[in-house]
Amino acid sequence: MPIATASQTVGPYWHLLEDPTWADLTRFGATGEKLTLTGAVLDGDGQPCADACVEIWQSDPPASDSFPGFGRSNTDSRGEYRFLTVRPGPVPGRGNAQQAPHIAICVMARGLMRGLVTRAYFHGEALNQTDPLLTSIDDPSRRDTLIARPAGTATWRLDIRLQGDGETVFLDA
Amino acid sequence: MSNPVPFRPYTQGTQPDYDTPAYLSTRKRHPNQALHALPQTVTETTGPSFSPLRFPPSEDLTANTTGKPALGERIIVAGTVMDENGRPVPNTMVEIWQANATGRYDHPADQHDAPLDPNFRGVGRVFTDAEGRYRFLTIRPGAYPWPNHRNAWRPNHIHFSLFGPAFATRLVTQMYFPGDPLLAYDPIFNGTADEHARNRLVARFDLEITEADYALGYRFDVVLRGRVATPMEE
Repeated sequence: MPIATASQTVGPYWHLLEDPTWADLTRFGATGEKLTLTGAVLDGDGQPCADACVEIWQSDPPASDSFPGFGRSNTDSRGEYRFLTVRPGPVPGRGNAQQAPHIAICVMARGLMRGLVTRAYFHGEALNQTDPLLTSIDDPSRRDTLIARPAGTATWRLDIRLQGDGETVFLDA
Repeated sequence: MSNPVPFRPYTQGTQPDYDTPAYLSTRKRHPNQALHALPQTVTETTGPSFSPLRFPPSEDLTANTTGKPALGERIIVAGTVMDENGRPVPNTMVEIWQANATGRYDHPADQHDAPLDPNFRGVGRVFTDAEGRYRFLTIRPGAYPWPNHRNAWRPNHIHFSLFGPAFATRLVTQMYFPGDPLLAYDPIFNGTADEHARNRLVARFDLEITEADYALGYRFDVVLRGRVATPMEE
């Protein structure tokens, strides 16, 4: 059996691929509650990672001709990514579990040999209390690294700390 | 409820570690904490699909900028994208980017003192066919210096971005060239412990892909994660 090809860093020049419209998941006419998801990608010194490629995927609402479910954003000089998307609803978990609404995130950058995967949940969502992933993280301060906070009108903020104090919970999925 | 069939865990040693000290940029960017295990759910086992109608292919990097021919040694890169179960991955998008023949990226952050080629942007997009095959035409990229250590040079390489069927199958990698003396010194290439896995990042020269009087051919096959239990064939 073949095994999966090794990952290599996306490097500092991935922007050759970039189409800034990809950060807007509503560009094909998606309907639903629009929201902005933004935040900074920070390194172990708290310095912004200004050359990262941040990708998101959400399985709800289901991808369609009007909603790609997938987005890609660069990070700016402050390390900030920014997506415009549609608020996801709950989706099934394993067994009979239900998962709280969330957006999957993959961070790639120079200095990251592989993408780092995490999730954005939404502060105040009742289902967070029973979400299988959130409840599997014992330390409340670590759990909080996955929870986006309101930051203005229809705007949610989630900083991603790659290393050290407040390090984001990254997932092996 | 039925659980989605998960993709296999990565095989030990066959993927690079986040903490790769010889590659200096990893030092402040690798997590200190272990990854948190997440049994795959519909979020991980589904993923985006890209239609060539909406995301048009661009398989000739030698002429996709101004229409005038780029400078350098023309090469054809072709191969198959399959999964760990040996099945082709059809109709999946492959993004490509690279330096030009002089070892310079058409990117504002690249300040290497080597000439840009106005006729070479260095970016392309192809889709695999029903049998998982892809093919593109490009220019052999040059080597270039980088500030990782004294006299550090990246081996010739082409960046690949693949999606496959799910968020869990996303892969970004680099293709290298056979016989490149710089491979032995490159901390990114050598960041994968397993020698066999590492060497699979090196394309093979292929006379079948080579076109007479036109361009050398290289084969680069890519394997994406496969599902642990394969459902019965229909």
